[in-house]
Parts: sequence; C-alpha cells; structure tokens
Amino acid sequence: MALFATCLVDSLRPNVGFATAKLLEEAGCRVEVPRQTCCGQPAYNSGDRATAKTLALQMIEAFESYDYVVVPSGSCAGMIIKHYPALFAGDPNLAGRADRLAAKTFELVSFLVGVLGLKTVSARFEGQVTYHDSCSGLRELGIKDQPRTLLASVEGLELVEMKDADVCCGFGGTFAVKYGEISDKIVTEKCANVTTSAAKTLLAGDLGCLLNMAGKLSRQGSGIEVRHVAEVLAGMAEGPAIGRAAQDPALVEARS
Amino acid sequence: MSAHSTAHDFKANASRAIADTQLTGNLKAVRQNFIDKRAKAVKGLPEFEALRESGKEIKDHTLAHLDLYLEYYAQKVEESGGHVHFAADAEEARKIALDICRKVGAKTVTKGKSMITEEVGLNAYLEANGVTPVETDLGEYIIQLRGETPSHIIAPAVHLNKHQIEGDFRRVHTHLDPARDLNEKVSLLTEARGVLRDRFLVADVGITGANFLVAETGTSIIVTNEGNGDLTQILPKVHIVMTSIEKMVPTLEDASQILRLLARSATGQEMSVYTTLSTGPRRMGDLDGPEEYHVILLDNGRSAMLGGEFQDMLRCIRCAACMNHCPVYHQIGGHAYGWIYPGPMGSVLSPSLIGVDEAGHLPNASTFCGRCEAVCPMKIPLPKMMRHWREREFERNLNPALQRWGLGFWAFFAKRPRLYALANRLAIKAMALIGRKKGSFKGLPGLGAWTKYRDFAVPEGETFQAKWKKARAGR
Repeated sequence: MALFATCLVDSLRPNVGFATAKLLEEAGCRVEVPRQTCCGQPAYNSGDRATAKTLALQMIEAFESYDYVVVPSGSCAGMIIKHYPALFAGDPNLAGRADRLAAKTFELVSFLVGVLGLKTVSARFEGQVTYHDSCSGLRELGIKDQPRTLLASVEGLELVEMKDADVCCGFGGTFAVKYGEISDKIVTEKCANVTTSAAKTLLAGDLGCLLNMAGKLSRQGSGIEVRHVAEVLAGMAEGPAIGRAAQDPALVEARS
Repeated sequence: MSAHSTAHDFKANASRAIADTQLTGNLKAVRQNFIDKRAKAVKGLPEFEALRESGKEIKDHTLAHLDLYLEYYAQKVEESGGHVHFAADAEEARKIALDICRKVGAKTVTKGKSMITEEVGLNAYLEANGVTPVETDLGEYIIQLRGETPSHIIAPAVHLNKHQIEGDFRRVHTHLDPARDLNEKVSLLTEARGVLRDRFLVADVGITGANFLVAETGTSIIVTNEGNGDLTQILPKVHIVMTSIEKMVPTLEDASQILRLLARSATGQEMSVYTTLSTGPRRMGDLDGPEEYHVILLDNGRSAMLGGEFQDMLRCIRCAACMNHCPVYHQIGGHAYGWIYPGPMGSVLSPSLIGVDEAGHLPNASTFCGRCEAVCPMKIPLPKMMRHWREREFERNLNPALQRWGLGFWAFFAKRPRLYALANRLAIKAMALIGRKKGSFKGLPGLGAWTKYRDFAVPEGETFQAKWKKARAGR
C-alpha cells in the first residue's frame, strides 16, 4: 500500500509519517512512499480548479497502482475521497480513475479500525489526553469513535473529553491567514476548552488543526503538549511535542 | 436597488464586531439558545433524516417546475378573491406595496416578521412616502426602535441584551414611569405588547411575509411564536403578503412535511406556537379577516439561480440552523456580513442577489467546517456552493493579488515533484536551522498573517520523504 504523508507532515513533522508507517506495518501491511507533493486542496478551496485538477491527476498517477492509499489526515483523505470524484465528474478519461482512487483511499485511523479491524494497539502513554475532532474527518468521513476506540487501548492513557470537541478550531486552511482575526477568536475558544478539560496533552488527526492549536497554546504560554494521534498510537510520542524544542524549559517545567 | 450593503467591508465590519465586547458577550446566547435544543428535538424524532430527504425532494421538484406552480398558485389566489403581483426587483416590490397603501389612504402599516421586506428596504421607503411602518415581532420592533437591521434571520435582536433593550424602551416610550421595573424579559414583552396593541387597532394595512406558499390552494403560511402575525393580517382592512418566489410548495401535505423540519431546526420546538394559513380576503359570513388580500412575489435574482450551480440554495426555508452552528457567526454576529442574510446561507445567497463583486468576502470567510451542511434541514451543500463562488472570483481575478501570487508560487513547485522535494528540503532545513534552539517561531518573514496571532512550529529539520529514503535505503 501507499502512504500519502501530506505536505504538512512531509515538511514539518516527519515523525507522524513514520508513526503511520509503523502502525500499518505492525498490522501486516507493506508500506511504500511514492514521490509526492500535495493533494491540491489549497488550490481547490481557493477556487483554482485548474491547479487542483493538475495536482489531483499527479496524485492519481503516483498512487493508483497501489491496493490502498492511507493518509494521516482526514482533510487530505477527504479531498481524495470526496472531492476528486467531484473534480473529474463527467470527464470520460479521468472520472473512473478518480473514483477508483477515492474508493481505495482511507484516513489512517479509520483504515486501522474499519478496514483492518484493529481494536487495540500496543502502546504506552502516561497521562490524561483530550481529543479534537477535526472537521473534515468528522463530517466528511465520519471519524469519531475510531480514534477513541484505539486510544482506550493505550496503556496509561486516560481520555478526558473537552467541551465542544467537535467544533472547528478555526484553521480552515488559508482561512487562518486570510481571516486571521476571526480565526484567532475561534482558536482562542478552542484552547480555552482544551485547557478547561485538565488534560496535559491535546491530540487530533490532522496536522493543520494541530499546528493551529499548538501555535495558539504556545503563544499563550500553555504547558499543554500537542501531538498527532498516530504518534501516540504508534508509541512514538517520546520526542518533543509539536512546537516544542528538544530541551524546552516550558516543557520541563510542565512535567515537573 | 436592494437594501444597502456593506458586505465589501466585511473585514472591517468583523474587526469592529470582535472589538465590541458587549456584542461578543451577547452572541453567546446564539449557542446557548439554539444548539442543544435543536439536537434534542432532532433526537426525539426518529424519522428526522427521512424527513430531510423528503423535504429536499419536495423542494427540488417544486424548483424544477416553479413556473407551473407559480401560475397555478396565482390562479388559486385570484379564485379566492386575492391579487397576485409579480415584482422583478426590489424597487418594483416597494412600489407595488406603496401603491396598495395609497389606494386605501393608509397612514399606519403593521408588519409581521419578514426578511423579504428587509431585503427590499420597504420600511425606509414607506416612511419616506408618508406611511408609518410598525414592526410587531418583538425582536423586529426592538431593532426598528434602534434603526438597525436584523442580525439573525429568526432572532433579529439576538445581538442585544435585555439592559440595552430596556434603555431603548425608556428612550422611546416616554410615557414610561421611571420606577417601572423592566429588568425581566417578561416585563419588556408586556411593555412592547401594550404599545403595539394600539398600533394593531389603528393600522390600515398589515404586511407579513410567508414561510410557505401552497400552490394547490393559493394559501400563504406563516409561523410565529408571538401571535403578532395573526393580528397583523386579520385586523387591518388590507393584508399584503410580501414574499419571494422560492417559498412555493405544491400541496398542503408538502407544507406540513417541511413544517416538521422547520421549527425543530430553528428553535428546537416541535412546532412554532402559531402556524397561520391565509387564503384570500374575508368571505361572506367570515367573522374576521381583511377586505383585500394581496401577494407580492419577489424575484430579485432568484429565477436566474434556477438551473445553475446555485439552485440548491433556493431550497432554503430560513430556519437559521446554519448560522446557529457557524463558528464564524458565533464570533462576529450577523451585522458584520454587511447585508440582509448573515451566516452560511447568506454567504451563498448574498453574492447571488447583490453580486459577487460586492459580497465576495462572504463565501471566503468560512473554515469549511461543514457543520452548516450537517444541520441544514434541506440538505443544502453550503460549503460546496461557497467554493463555487470562490471559483467564480478566481476566474475573474477578484481575489487579492498577494493571495493569487502566493498560491501561484506554491502551485509552481507542487506541480513539479522533483523540484518541490529539493526546494522544500532546502527551505525546511533553513527554517530548522534558524529555529534550532526554540520549538516555535514567534514571528517569521512571509508568515506574518499566521504569527500575528499564534506561533509557528519549527520543522523537525528533514522532510519525511528524504528521511524515509535514507531509513529504507539499506532494507
């Protein structure tokens, strides 16, 4: 199968890619990483259909020969699963190829639970965590229980639900920079809910949302750590959290 | 000309709203009053999903044959003794209404809640022509006292708190005893009711909107919770229904299906307190009702949406569930959107009605979180249609040059995987080097719009693809 890491994981947080590969390989999959850039969602949501189509076709060509394509992001998986078929609808040459790629593409956690039938993982993570439901994963792909099922099997981990876990974090791709002031108000509220939950760690399945929330928590001087859910499920949450330096004084203080 | 718009100033409007702590405090009511109640009402009706599908089908069918149903409806209204006036735009609608008022020498007009009369700017026009409009829905009455427009399509004064309203009442109702307690919502309601009772009795014309028009019977239906709509349409000599063409449904059975969705989606009620059907003027032997019954049917850009990529928007039944669940609306309220219809439904509808040059910001000011579509009783794909507007703007070069340039720069690399890998590795290494001692950047050239509000995580230092290649080279 093919791992589509997404451009954000590729550039900013390779650990999520390795955690994804580890989870898949431990479940018996043979994982390859074809040369890749971006699924085209930024162009698609900016109204640039032509660029979106070019990038989608590039993805189709790179990934269509695999049995499955797995993505550690509900948003980018949703782009391929829900929006590639819409982009190429009515195109006699490409509609079928887009539909076939969509049919074998999955977001990581829903693949582990829904396709591989995984109910547990063998990982350990000490402490209370809270989980943010990223919008595309939740509402386009129905990802809600799957991460909670697997997290429940992580030794030492206790999931505490925050208020409004299913409400947007304010990221919205380019929205976060085009309408920064509004985005800021939304993420500020999200961070207040995270903080009130009393969890020491915030998890989600999309790096975009994670960067947004981690960036705001960091700006607020919060001690809460932010990680991708795959890192915890794979037992690869030893390194620094998102936005934390290897020897971050705030981190040391928060842990003591 | 439709009502005045400041939608082009969306960003400045939003900034002002965010800075207004009284407003942002008041807006919390939107979440407290609507979301849980709707969820409970939906949960209590096992067939809700099936009803959504059925409601969507009814509207899709009606829109596909709207010309026929409009004709049939008009015929039925005439048969019942009423009159139907087709208005192509806002100006025509206003003029028709004023003509009717003038013919009966009307001085005072009472009004039930109607977004269409807001859309055409009816109140200001009547006032300028010597006719006094009096809003009788409590929320509408309050914003009329303040000279404002509704900030929400079913709760027009939701941006205000009771102390602000008390202030307005004391300012305008000069007969009020200063010692009178107006500290409770109920006492405010009683006060407004007392003042409005007199207006109902002197009104010459009553104007209402319509939630539905029923083709088979020529009936218009309104839903209210205060009963003001009934007094508006029954007491005066003339009843004018001013509404828009897409409110049509074929039969009473269809209307009752959609009514089951409407109140649940809007306020979480099973039904609104009053569901009022009116068909024609008073008949011989009727105890009450108007002597004249007029329906003004507004198009104002709607027929141009038929058959196009925005037709689905015409299914909207104005329940406001989309804005009640919108994280953007929650932060800025309705006025920031700059025109009559706020929130997600407005972000699709406003560009259709007043043009994307004026309302271009609105479909962009969404995170595409999808909650609006998830709660829409008519299953309108709101994010998809906002994206269609973005496509139109992109085609016409309407979005800012910097955005286009940034997108083009990124796309140039993203389309060239080898070059992308190389350039990305270099950029990532440089960023990691600069940020090696810290976990996050407080500021970063080119990312100011991000780092103005939040930190940016320093990359690990090598791209995943490069690391993967190295890690797997020996295997």
